[in-house]
Amino acid sequence: MFRHPLVIRVTHWVNAVCLLVLLMSGLQIFNAHPALYWGNVSTFDTPLLAMTSTEDDPPKGVTTILGRRFETTGLLGLSTGPNGAPADRAFPPWATLPGDQDLTGGRSWHFFFAWAFVLNGLAYLLYGLFSGQLRGRVIPARDQIRHFGASVREHLTLRFPHGEEAKRYNVIQKLTYALVLFVLLPVQVLAGLAMSPAMNAAFPFLLTLFDGRQSARTVHFAVAGLLVLFVLVHVALVVLSGFWNNMRGMVTGWFVIERDITPASPAREPEA
Amino acid sequence: MSRIPSRRTLLAGASATAAATLLGACDRLGNVEWFRRTLKTGEDANMFVQRLLLTERSLAPEYTAADISPWFKPNGTEDPPDKAYKALARRKFADYHLEIGGLVEAPFSLSLAELRALPSRTQITRHDCVEGWSCIGQWTGVPLANLLTRARLKPAARYIVFHCADTMEQASPLEGGDDPETTEPEAAPTGANPNMTRRPAGAEDRRDSGKGEDTASGDDGTAPIRFYESIDLVDAFHPQTILAYALNGETLPIANGAPLRLRLERNLGYKQAKYVMRIEVVASFADIGQGKGGYWEDQGYAWYAGI
Repeated sequence: MFRHPLVIRVTHWVNAVCLLVLLMSGLQIFNAHPALYWGNVSTFDTPLLAMTSTEDDPPKGVTTILGRRFETTGLLGLSTGPNGAPADRAFPPWATLPGDQDLTGGRSWHFFFAWAFVLNGLAYLLYGLFSGQLRGRVIPARDQIRHFGASVREHLTLRFPHGEEAKRYNVIQKLTYALVLFVLLPVQVLAGLAMSPAMNAAFPFLLTLFDGRQSARTVHFAVAGLLVLFVLVHVALVVLSGFWNNMRGMVTGWFVIERDITPASPAREPEA
Repeated sequence: MSRIPSRRTLLAGASATAAATLLGACDRLGNVEWFRRTLKTGEDANMFVQRLLLTERSLAPEYTAADISPWFKPNGTEDPPDKAYKALARRKFADYHLEIGGLVEAPFSLSLAELRALPSRTQITRHDCVEGWSCIGQWTGVPLANLLTRARLKPAARYIVFHCADTMEQASPLEGGDDPETTEPEAAPTGANPNMTRRPAGAEDRRDSGKGEDTASGDDGTAPIRFYESIDLVDAFHPQTILAYALNGETLPIANGAPLRLRLERNLGYKQAKYVMRIEVVASFADIGQGKGGYWEDQGYAWYAGI
């Protein structure tokens, strides 16, 4: 079946690149002050989360969450740089863009791809709305809502639908996409804007919305984490439910539906 | 189904290699001039859109006395090493004069006492550092608009340049013409924890590292590069743009920019020049410093710092 129209396929891959660059350049920016707070200002002595390195010999990487210390040497706070020397930074060089500590470089990447992300997202939403694609992709059908429990069981046992049922997204899929599209991504954009002093002057409600600039920064970080989680699950399910078929679907648009030649379940046999 | 795990392993290996290659490629791309300029269009777009959204009356949020941070984190230069500045500081800036000149009809200079005698504005605002942290403080100072009105700008005037007392680094005659990007401040991580200590990450290391008492001598054939910054007339005439001489009701401490610093409330901290000595009104900043409009701009930061 022809599953993904050109606009959906192009915006999907542009979006994938944008999210990856935004994540890595975002970690670069975070590294310039690797601590999070709640409210308008930084309460330097009591961060919600902080990544530091200790003065010990050899130094250790320490991540503090709500006052509890975790040793994270090698990954957070202290890691190994490309030259093998210990790198005294929150997120390691391989996770940030640029790889070296470079706040201005990170900001340039982040803002360029933030614009690309927003424009691409708007193109997707407008197309999705006017073509009717969006409706079918994110709003569960009545029967899907009724069989919500069954869908959860199928997910947990990694049984993927075949035949007719494979032609549409399942209910959990739809709800997840709706959550990402209409909650996580908009919140992420607004939280990003709420960190801008100029935007605070233009739209003071942004600060009210997030309970302050530092909370907006914390929300921005947390939502980035949730988006990473979404992408990990998304990619895992793509691989498990037939990697090549899924890739063909999102690259060429064509997706193979395996016909239910044999009855799907013995229960239906008497009727057949 | 049984073939999938092997494919998965294959894919994982392939994507790890691809990721590493891609990362290296991105880093190299980031150093290519045309690509860097393309990336910077994102920041140009920020300025374009934010200037559309902001009116001259859009004020940065102001807070109450209860919101004031117990400690206003100083950043960038915290104690200028320059002899001339130290001499001024020793006498509590009694000999200090702010000069206003350039493209103005009536250049003038004012002592600190004269500045304090002028009509002032007091505002409790939030300071946002480009690194990510914020502090709230109460600032008292002279609205820049009043000083510029008194000096009467000439028609060609476009930018206000703040020349400051603090030496940031020594420019060697050999390196003087270098592309700022090759001397990225971030390229010199001296092991300082970026957490909570330094502004545009690592940049201060160079400044603080064993430069000795006086960096302004130039005995070794180098000229000091002192901090400078520029703003345009939109920000210069904004009602919250003041030259502050007091923080939280007290004389402005040296660490926060004594005797006089700029407050530019709709911008990030790096635009808000400390230790302001001279104000120059210009038509273009192309001939000042390395031509990007400020010390941090010459290091690669965007001239517009509204986000």
